Amino acid sequence: MQAFVKLTSIPAALPLINIDTDMIIPKQFLRTIKRTGLSAGLFYEMRFDEQGNPKSDFVLHREPYTKSTILVTGDNFGCGSSREHAPWALLDFGIRCIIAPSYSDIFFNNCFKNGILPISIPQAQLDELTAAAEEKREITIDLEQQKIVCGNSVYTFDIDPFRKHCLMNGLDDIGLTLEKESLITSYEQTRAQDKPWL
Amino acid sequence: MSQTLFEKIWNAHIVHKASDGTCLIYIDRHLVHEVTSPQAFEGLRMAGRKVRNVGATLAVADHNVPTTNRALGIKDPESRLQIETLEENVKAFGITYFGMGDVRQGIVHIIGPEQGFTQPGMTIVCGDSHTSTHGAFGALAFGIGTSEVEHVLATQTLIQKPAKTMRITVDGDLPEFVTAKDIALHLIGLIGTSGGTGYVIEYAGSAIRNLSMEGRMTICNMTIEAGARAGLIAPDDKTFDYIKDRPMAPQGADWDKAVAWWKSLPTDDDAIFDQDIHIEANDIAPSVTWGTSPQDVLPITGVIPNPDDVSDPNKRASMIRALDYMGLVSGTKLTDVVIDKVFIGSCTNARIEDLRAAAKIVEGKKIASHVQAMVVPGSGLVKAQAEQEGLDHVFLEAGFEWREPGCSLCLGMNEDRLNAGERCASTSNRNFEGRQGRGARTHLLSPAMAAAAAITGKLTDIREF
Ligand code: SF4
Repeated sequence: MQAFVKLTSIPAALPLINIDTDMIIPKQFLRTIKRTGLSAGLFYEMRFDEQGNPKSDFVLHREPYTKSTILVTGDNFGCGSSREHAPWALLDFGIRCIIAPSYSDIFFNNCFKNGILPISIPQAQLDELTAAAEEKREITIDLEQQKIVCGNSVYTFDIDPFRKHCLMNGLDDIGLTLEKESLITSYEQTRAQDKPWL
Repeated sequence: MSQTLFEKIWNAHIVHKASDGTCLIYIDRHLVHEVTSPQAFEGLRMAGRKVRNVGATLAVADHNVPTTNRALGIKDPESRLQIETLEENVKAFGITYFGMGDVRQGIVHIIGPEQGFTQPGMTIVCGDSHTSTHGAFGALAFGIGTSEVEHVLATQTLIQKPAKTMRITVDGDLPEFVTAKDIALHLIGLIGTSGGTGYVIEYAGSAIRNLSMEGRMTICNMTIEAGARAGLIAPDDKTFDYIKDRPMAPQGADWDKAVAWWKSLPTDDDAIFDQDIHIEANDIAPSVTWGTSPQDVLPITGVIPNPDDVSDPNKRASMIRALDYMGLVSGTKLTDVVIDKVFIGSCTNARIEDLRAAAKIVEGKKIASHVQAMVVPGSGLVKAQAEQEGLDHVFLEAGFEWREPGCSLCLGMNEDRLNAGERCASTSNRNFEGRQGRGARTHLLSPAMAAAAAITGKLTDIREF
């Protein structure tokens, strides 16, 4: 997993609420057995017409947003299906940070496993970032300082310290958990005694 | 100290607790399907890791499988590759697998309970959001992403923070024709699709206790649509009776031991929830969705809403978009909405009771001439049971198609799909844009309501049918 420290980009704005993971990546792209190459399906029905031609007015097809690494979007982003293909597709497109008022739990978790930083901020601040996106102004995300810098405005955001540590160092959860192997084994021994049917 | 059902299960599964409250919790059962697992197995292989507890893992192919003649194989090469990949993986890692030719094959959330794999007090995960279904047994069951699937395969644990707790009490008797599906839809309409975010919801009250296990599964299944990752219902005698003697249920002395523990699980009388919501069963009507989010729901007597009545600009914009997508005009009566297709299936409503409820409506009648309707049983065992009861004939004679088990039109990953603009009365759980096919329009409702819609050709009030 790629470490996340600082990120500067003109954000792309997708000001819709309740964007679900079926919208982020529709089912026909879930047949893959790989994690990569999924950007082809990102926001497919919004991005491409029925013949598969790009819709030139969709934000990610307009300059300078084709190179955005930050997505500014609406409430309850990533609701619905648990598919990790959603963050994979975003990452494959180049998105490393999402800013929205709120997220669905599973999507939120999935982001961290892939080096994507999902930031929750209040609607008023989001509106300013959306304006910045539309005016093609750069913003900077500083994970260490937990700050978003947008022109003269600086917003702070919260993040779980463990997740921050993992993101900043690009750490893989499984490796960390396996350091607790002996605890897992002793849990299993007690469990086998107390609850033999399990 | 008094504890909720959630807290009891959570505390019984902590392997390690960090100072910030993050816990490593043990996972008792892990269900695996073809769509969200290939990258996880690939990760294991690359790191040279094994599956830690193969006995705790059960795999099945459900999302991509054809629901027509299986002898013909799978046409789509990508779907076929995904299922073949699962078959290779279960073989290489030694995991129990119900293949396409196995009568036990079916939708992952239907086969777990059916086999007795799902039991009270367990932690159960699956790379699938509707894992919440298993909460009907008083198990803490939730969906995870593929990275977490890999984490569970390798370590049999997950890193989690405890959720907040919400109790939803539904008291009183349900009016006639109001089902578990209507409770679920009503509730999502009430609290919204993010109303449960961050919570585990426990369902309580007499209307919940009076539901069958199947109805309880329907409610817990839809919990994810309210934003909560898990739903829970306290285990009781109904739960134990359902599990007893199923192939993977505890046997003999183990059974008695297990039941003794299960009986200690229900929430203590004075336990406190972070949020408490009360609903009167009497206030719930047969419900149907009109828009592109499960919270866009109304009693069947309602009319299509008007964006001008909504003050929040984001909500108004989303309503305008939904009405446009759904091809609906404000003020239209729901019962005037004409449908093209009917889908009775999915992990929400494809168990034997659901099929019985639909068959009862259909019996002796014919579906409307412009409607195409299909029944997709939730598992091979549900299908066999239904055939033994003659339900297949009831459906076939009415003009329904009778299919092989799988997810099918719930998400249209296999060949079952709606065409753009087609309108479907569906017993599934999601009416998102494009869910049942690009441009497809979905109305969620109960099996009996779907059956009635098939006969009349439009959304129908089952009470006046
Ligand atoms: S039936 Fe639908 S919701 Fe259930 S597991 Fe299959 S695709 Fe998911």
